[in-house]
Amino acid sequence: MKILGTGSALPEKVVTNDDLTAFLDTNDEWISTRTGIRERRVLSHETLQSLAERAGQAALENAGVAPEEIDFVLVSTVQAETLSPALACDVQPALGLKCMGMDLNGGCTGFIAALSVAEGLLASGRAHKLLVISAEALSRFADWTDRSTCVLFGDAAGAVVVGEGEGLEDIRFKSEPRRDVLCASTPPGNSPFAIDPKPAQYLKMQGQEVYKFAVSHSFRDIREMLEAHGLAAEDVDFYVLHQANMRILEAVRTRLKVDETRFPHNIERTGNTSSATVPVLLDELNRSGKLKPGCRVILNAFGAGLCTGTALLTW
Amino acid sequence: MNNVFQKIVDTIVDAKGIDAASITPESSFKDLNVDSLDIAEMVMTLEDEFGITIELEEGVTTVQDLVNLIERIKG
Repeated sequence: MKILGTGSALPEKVVTNDDLTAFLDTNDEWISTRTGIRERRVLSHETLQSLAERAGQAALENAGVAPEEIDFVLVSTVQAETLSPALACDVQPALGLKCMGMDLNGGCTGFIAALSVAEGLLASGRAHKLLVISAEALSRFADWTDRSTCVLFGDAAGAVVVGEGEGLEDIRFKSEPRRDVLCASTPPGNSPFAIDPKPAQYLKMQGQEVYKFAVSHSFRDIREMLEAHGLAAEDVDFYVLHQANMRILEAVRTRLKVDETRFPHNIERTGNTSSATVPVLLDELNRSGKLKPGCRVILNAFGAGLCTGTALLTW
Repeated sequence: MNNVFQKIVDTIVDAKGIDAASITPESSFKDLNVDSLDIAEMVMTLEDEFGITIELEEGVTTVQDLVNLIERIKG
């Protein structure tokens, strides 16, 4: 499988750390020293679907692939625009597509999980070119009264067009099922038969436990990927990690003993946008001309489940 | 001096460059300028050191609180 093109879209509304002080007892220094985040983008007048469409369109144009060539759409999202139909279907009219679409929820690891599903569809011959979009609106289920979590998140969409060819060398997943440290729930509905329906609960996260999981597992997974392919840490040009927290990125980078240029980041501008962080950052690298043919890239993400995914690519 | 306390002091000194003599059991992490993620990072080192899994609890605000938590897990 080969990535043929990339795209991304951020909401227009910029929310700085100072903006948050209007309704939260927090400040720029507290947020930036603990997270590296200076501002994030949040949906206001736009929809998640419009972000997904913009990212998808940009990826199609970047790949030089016509809409009629796409025969499958996968959308990675924790919460789509609607319960049904899937966002992967709803984006199709605007993009000129007409094919099977489905949404997947792999938490923050979702983009890498969707790449793996795409690889399977290509290998089986059931698809030849796919559009994979990660579209996330964490602002809709973050708890805006909880200063320890809502400051971390933003909204975004990232996309890739994938097709047959050489590029993806390996994808691996790990998991450690734990729901307590990172969870959110949907509204209970109004079934007259439901006994003790639980009210909707906004996103809750135990930051310290997630930090420990993320740092230890990212480092271990990347090291295992490197060892499996006989690579040294400096043989990889770019480590595109899930942008959850600058402190996590730095902790993984120093454990791998590689220099800062190999650990690109945009979290200072975007915050944590769940499964969208990896394709958005990949698109920024691609459009800035940093991804040259033959470049070796490791993607790594971790999140709700708890799950982790790691991919090795040659650009 | 208690082995767990000493190990915690060592990790704070390593991570934050603070003078070991200034750290007492009563020192609060806040006063030592050790934030929640510094504590998480330190706990990872202590987990490896003692071969245990430490689930951080609310209310661990002083060095002694962390000593107590680790002593309880070590059993």
